[in-house]
Amino acid sequence: MRKKLLAAFAITVATTLSAAGCGGSASGSGGNSIKVVYWQHLDQNDHKQQTFLTTMKRSFEKAHPGKKIDIIPVTASENDYYTKIQLMMRSPSTAPDLVYEDTALINSDIASGYLKPIDAYVAKWADWDSFADAAKGAVSSPADGKTYGVPDDTDTRGIWYNQNLLKKAGIATPWQPKTWQDILDVARTIKKKLPGVTPMNLYTGQAGGEQSTMQGFEMLLYGTGAAGDSLYDAKTKKWIVGSQGFKDALTFVHDVYSENLGLSKSTALGPNAGTEVGTKLLPENKLAINIDGSWMANNWLTTGPRPWPGWSRTMASAAMPTQHGQAPGQVSMSGGWAWSIPAKAKNPDLAWQFTKAIKDKANSTNWNIIESTTAVRTDVAADPKYLDATPTNKFFTGLVKYTHFRPALPKYPQVSNAITKAMESVTTGQSSVSDAAKTYDQDLATAVGSDSTAKGTR
Amino acid sequence: MAGSSFLRGLPLVPSLVLLAVFLAGPILYCVYDAFTDAQLTGAAETHFVGLANFTRAFADPDFLNALWLTLVFVVGSAVVGQNTLGLSLAVLAEKATRPVRSLTNAVVIAAWVLPEIVAGYLMYAFFYQQGALNEVLGVLGLPRQNWLYTLPILAVCLANVWRGTAFSMMVYSAALAEVPRELVEAAEMDGAGVWHRLWHVTLPVIRRSIMTNLMLITLQTLSVFGLIYAMTRGGPGNKSQTLPVFMYQQAFQNSLIGYGTAIALVLLVVGALFSVVYLKLLKVEED
Repeated sequence: MRKKLLAAFAITVATTLSAAGCGGSASGSGGNSIKVVYWQHLDQNDHKQQTFLTTMKRSFEKAHPGKKIDIIPVTASENDYYTKIQLMMRSPSTAPDLVYEDTALINSDIASGYLKPIDAYVAKWADWDSFADAAKGAVSSPADGKTYGVPDDTDTRGIWYNQNLLKKAGIATPWQPKTWQDILDVARTIKKKLPGVTPMNLYTGQAGGEQSTMQGFEMLLYGTGAAGDSLYDAKTKKWIVGSQGFKDALTFVHDVYSENLGLSKSTALGPNAGTEVGTKLLPENKLAINIDGSWMANNWLTTGPRPWPGWSRTMASAAMPTQHGQAPGQVSMSGGWAWSIPAKAKNPDLAWQFTKAIKDKANSTNWNIIESTTAVRTDVAADPKYLDATPTNKFFTGLVKYTHFRPALPKYPQVSNAITKAMESVTTGQSSVSDAAKTYDQDLATAVGSDSTAKGTR
Repeated sequence: MAGSSFLRGLPLVPSLVLLAVFLAGPILYCVYDAFTDAQLTGAAETHFVGLANFTRAFADPDFLNALWLTLVFVVGSAVVGQNTLGLSLAVLAEKATRPVRSLTNAVVIAAWVLPEIVAGYLMYAFFYQQGALNEVLGVLGLPRQNWLYTLPILAVCLANVWRGTAFSMMVYSAALAEVPRELVEAAEMDGAGVWHRLWHVTLPVIRRSIMTNLMLITLQTLSVFGLIYAMTRGGPGNKSQTLPVFMYQQAFQNSLIGYGTAIALVLLVVGALFSVVYLKLLKVEED
């Protein structure tokens, strides 16, 4: 009896231990392999980054026998991607060795201790001098001055419009709106003259995440009176509440959606608005004006998700005007991505080797061309091969002088969420502009602390 | 003596350890987190903040909105929808012929065995603007509705009724089979009609089953997340944002893990309150 009991006990203990053990000995990157995590867009036809990284992996493994690179896509909407990599980076058993980071988020992740400073690595890398200073600024922490990533690309934002549709509606092209009013007027004309065509797209709502905040709202907000200080005043280190500019930008959102000048509300507020615009509405000549990023053409290249050979004859670009056309007349926003090594990476040295390989001049040029993004290496930016690769590259590279960067602070992601919430409530008509602005002020105070906010004067 | 009872209890130890590690552990950790300012990103350290997360919640109009919508969702889709529809189906099935019963059972249970996310997607396809429901309405000459946009909470309630009725139906089918024939026949002899028999004989007899069923479907419905998230993501605005969706958005979109777990605890309390109400109403503890 006693023996049986003991045997039963031994078996249960053994199962317990093995069950409990499965959390501890997670397989993963060892000395000779690394895990590289990147963002796979929800648009499953877009495999440009996967193809690029796989090519890089092959050539790297060939050049370094015995080393192994694991390319891991995280398929998600933009905000979900952030959440997933943050969860991965929390634990040593799931942390990747190299991760694709949005520079809007990098400071927040640095403050969380998720990322490893790479100063010792870049100090010994001759190519580092070729990276533009603004791009280096985007990957270094204002708190400790250290560098936490290698910039991958940057971008600007402006207006894409369909020349044929504008002409058909009787609007002279090339078109360059001078004020917000100009944009609304043209959109109203198109609505009247071209039934079946969506006059314009302004990203909005919570599902769109940073796409709504940056392409949608900040392109408006930074064109109001306070310009670069509309969201956060860098001198006083205060977030701005109660400003007229914020309300004006929300009013624009409200006008677009209450007059049905934008996408149908359910599409605009869904997670696939970006894909719908880039791969459907624009190539099918069903959308006239689109406030969007410099990279839009990557949808239509032969390698893109929706090849559109004649796009450059149909689509043209214009700069986003300031609210009343006040100086400097134009406005743009810039962001960008970077490659970072998580603090809990098992094999940072090999991750760094791989980073150097994908960010050398030839591969950087190649990648900027594939993705139609703006170069962060000064030597690439001057390369005719890059400048002539896409007809709009020169135009959007020229917007750099009007561009603004988002406040690169740990609280920014929460502020961005509060903005999308305010946008969504005026888009649906659930709140009036002043109520939505009031709610934003409260959300902002909760997120950053009311002692870090100040009343906006403009 | 003491030694032998200790030995007899010994085989239980591993399972107790497993329960402690995998069940009690996460719960305690969740309770602890609810009283901190833990964040997914933006801060490396977490601090104990006492009741701050809870006071914040009850001052947050979005939270109160989510609490209200959760009550609407639970009462509308579980207590009224699934429960009464399940009971009606079970009563009707008792009277039905065998093939009819089998067919109905198969159809109803099919909705229930589907994974939540699949059901959510199907319901999305049914309700959305170009979806099946609007096609049917169009054919009938009735006005089309943008269900997920204008009445999202009704749409998710109906979806949850569709998905969850099978459970209640099965519980009640089993319970009805246990109602003694002679009781019903006696009532019939005394001249009680169908409604009287149901109200005065059947329902009192299956009281315990009603209570179990209500308790279970309430708890299931309180925690419904995938269905709503797939259909509306809590939107538009916050018009279908129940507590689980709100909790997810705070914890993972806003990165406020501490606040999110505090909301999870509130959800737990809401579940407990429902249970207390059921126990009081049905007075099951008396017999």
